[in-house]
Amino acid sequence: MKQEFKASISRAVNDANLTGALGKFSEAYKVNRAKAYEGIDFEELRGRIAEIKSSAACDLDGLAETFKKNAQALGAKVFRTSDPDEVKQYILSVAREHGVTSVVKSKSMATEEIHLNRSLMEAGISVAETDLGEWIIQLAGQTPSHMVMPAIHMTKEEVAELFSKEVEERIESDIPRLVKVARNELRPKFLAAEMGISGGNIAVAETGSIVLVTNEGNARLVTTLPKIHIALVGVEKLVQKFESVVPILDALPRSATGQLLTSYVSIISGPTPNDDGSLKEMHIILMDNRRTEMARDPKFKQALQCIRCGSCLNVCPIFRLVGGHVFGGIYTGGIGTILTAWFDELQKSEDIQGLCIQCGNCVPVCPGKLDIPEMIMEIRRRLVQEKGQSLVQKAIFGVVNNRKLFHTMLRAASVAGKAFTSGKFIRHLPLFLSDLTEGRSLPAIAAEPFRDSFTRIKQPACREKVVFYAGCLIDFAYPEMGIALVKMLNKAGIEVLFPQEQTCCGAPALYSGAYEVAAQNAADNIQVLLQDGITHVVSACPTCTVALSHEFAKTLEAVGQTQWLPQARELAAKTVDFSTLVKHLVDEGRLSFKEGEDLGKITYHDSCHLKRTLNVFEQPRELLEKAGYQVSEMFECDMCCGMGGSYSMKLPEISAPILRNKLKNIKETGAPIVAMDCPGCVMQIRGGFDQDAAAVRVQHTVELLVDRLKD
Amino acid sequence: MYEQFKARALGVGAEVQRFATGAEAIGFILSFLQKEEVAAAPGASAVWADSPFLAGLLPAERPELPGLSFAVSRELAAQSKIGISQMEWALADTGSLVQDQSAVEQRLVSSLTTIHIAIIATGNILEGKQALFQRINPSTSRYIAFITGPSRTADIERVLTIGVHGPERLIIVFVDELGGARA
Repeated sequence: MKQEFKASISRAVNDANLTGALGKFSEAYKVNRAKAYEGIDFEELRGRIAEIKSSAACDLDGLAETFKKNAQALGAKVFRTSDPDEVKQYILSVAREHGVTSVVKSKSMATEEIHLNRSLMEAGISVAETDLGEWIIQLAGQTPSHMVMPAIHMTKEEVAELFSKEVEERIESDIPRLVKVARNELRPKFLAAEMGISGGNIAVAETGSIVLVTNEGNARLVTTLPKIHIALVGVEKLVQKFESVVPILDALPRSATGQLLTSYVSIISGPTPNDDGSLKEMHIILMDNRRTEMARDPKFKQALQCIRCGSCLNVCPIFRLVGGHVFGGIYTGGIGTILTAWFDELQKSEDIQGLCIQCGNCVPVCPGKLDIPEMIMEIRRRLVQEKGQSLVQKAIFGVVNNRKLFHTMLRAASVAGKAFTSGKFIRHLPLFLSDLTEGRSLPAIAAEPFRDSFTRIKQPACREKVVFYAGCLIDFAYPEMGIALVKMLNKAGIEVLFPQEQTCCGAPALYSGAYEVAAQNAADNIQVLLQDGITHVVSACPTCTVALSHEFAKTLEAVGQTQWLPQARELAAKTVDFSTLVKHLVDEGRLSFKEGEDLGKITYHDSCHLKRTLNVFEQPRELLEKAGYQVSEMFECDMCCGMGGSYSMKLPEISAPILRNKLKNIKETGAPIVAMDCPGCVMQIRGGFDQDAAAVRVQHTVELLVDRLKD
Repeated sequence: MYEQFKARALGVGAEVQRFATGAEAIGFILSFLQKEEVAAAPGASAVWADSPFLAGLLPAERPELPGLSFAVSRELAAQSKIGISQMEWALADTGSLVQDQSAVEQRLVSSLTTIHIAIIATGNILEGKQALFQRINPSTSRYIAFITGPSRTADIERVLTIGVHGPERLIIVFVDELGGARA
């Protein structure tokens, strides 16, 4: 990562105003959004929106032509172009033709995408952004830090400072007073401007209509007072039918700000008369700028289903720490990373794609049904394809994939590094592995990996057999979790097989974009895990479970190794996570817990892959309750702990504050134990409490359940 | 539906009044204008846009008050404290008002003034957008405007603040005897 980028991250996470405002907003957002959607079937609604937008994306050219024809029939002038420069030329020529000296704008991301203001000002035309947030950042000479709230990073004191300079009068930092100043300053600009420029939230092909959604009322003035109105609309805003406006209006304000509807919605279909009786001159520019190309790309077509509500930013654990400016471009957050990679260029996303921790928080809330983490993975894959893996990465994957060598090296490092080892944690690793401990302590490596301990476990003879897939953390750092799992399954009359040839699940390679490496991991594992006569392949690591059940087939397909697909699907069908399997066994009466003892309060942390990919969250809670614990929920129980595999090593400055928040939420429950189903989360959260010195025990669910089984 | 609409509209900061007759509504509006000290002076005047409600009045019933004008220009609207217009539909599920505002004076009185008084037939409350979209037609209505509460922003420190570029008060006046689609 570039130094400059790292520096911008540390500036952002150390900016108390920014993280305070964003953090508070994102906590309140969750509640407001839920309230706004009360009584609405969100899945059904977003299904309709995704369908509308997806079918529009299949025919952008056709819809644009239909729109053009219909809007022109109403008297609007419509200009279609794929080139941002042509957009600017067109607007400048309209301005020149009418002697325009001043322009008022309502919020439009498309105009920012092409840096329109700069061109207008270079041509000697004064431009006023009229959305309050946009005006603030215009005065400050900044770019928006959030798609819906562009100036969320600034305090009222900073705004007062800016306004004082602008009106040459000392203004107090009282928010209603500041808003009045904006109203009074901008009103004469509205009345004087010869041209109004707006964006468009929706463009309806069959009626030639533009829909504008605002709260402040500025878009109504921009489209009413000046005699020329230009709307710049990205072609992804097109929908075929007028009735399609309804579901989008149902979702956009609810998802953006938790409002049932914004204060103003305007549906403009062709020019209307001015107050002097003349007809307004209305221009609509349909801009492509690589959107059609995006629609043709099977991996990225879904990005055109975005309605620009910004909910992916509002729920993102990273965005709420760093805000929008570290993204460097106009579009921010997860969706911004994708749009920057396309509208700008792939290379521009090289650093910012690394900000995504792949927690999946944005997936269930997206009204357009975009899978942003998946698209970011695809960006990673393409970046690796273009540039290749770094030497360090290659060396690490080489070792990671050789299990024996990997354990020997880790163990040797752990022993050699004894001087730096405190208790159960290693602080430093030698050579290229040092990347793994930069700013973070790793768990001490077990003297004996699970793969060796396993050979000495005496199991009863059972008819039913399952294969256990350990994953690196249980194998090398937490073998006791694996031993506990074997004990539990034995008690249920199941024999556990542990194929020694199993290797890395490929997640580290996959999440770095090294698909070839991950595909090799998939093929190697498929061959050894699919043994005859087994009922399941069980894993106690949700990331490994997801690799086996979801990623293997996708990865193999992505690199064209289709010969393994049938087996990959068979493996996927057999794969099950620990809690789900044990819950079944308990329900079937094959496992039961000791009764009558109250083990007191416990709190449960939902791991990202378990909750959002595997949809498992009730099972571990029910098991812990049955075992005698009272589950007391923490605030944001399913918010990422900041581990994200190697993320915590690549971006410790982001991972650390996320972890701090998690520790705080755990402690606030007052529970002495926190349970979770992921050894990665255990490593992160235990490591956190190790430094925090709070008396909270961090355990994998399997470790808590095994002692509670009835004899 | 009136009660649902009222709850939603109040929830977004609008004020809601309801009268049986047009005469009562006019009485309320005139006393409101007087209370707000409407006068023939810049910043203190009121503008009332053309509407079916006004057109239905006999010359003798037409409200009169110094500073209240029925001829709407952009200059006058920009200097007026209060704008009065009639909206066509009300949506119960969001507390919104909807009108074809293709005629510019409809927008001027409802966007440039500090207080917007919106008259509407009680019988024109619809459930929501779905029902509305069967009744509006963009090929004949070129500027369909939805108004939901007063103008608002949360752009500074996320603090909800009323009255940015549009009216800071929205007063909705329902009139039962105006009839409407459901009457």
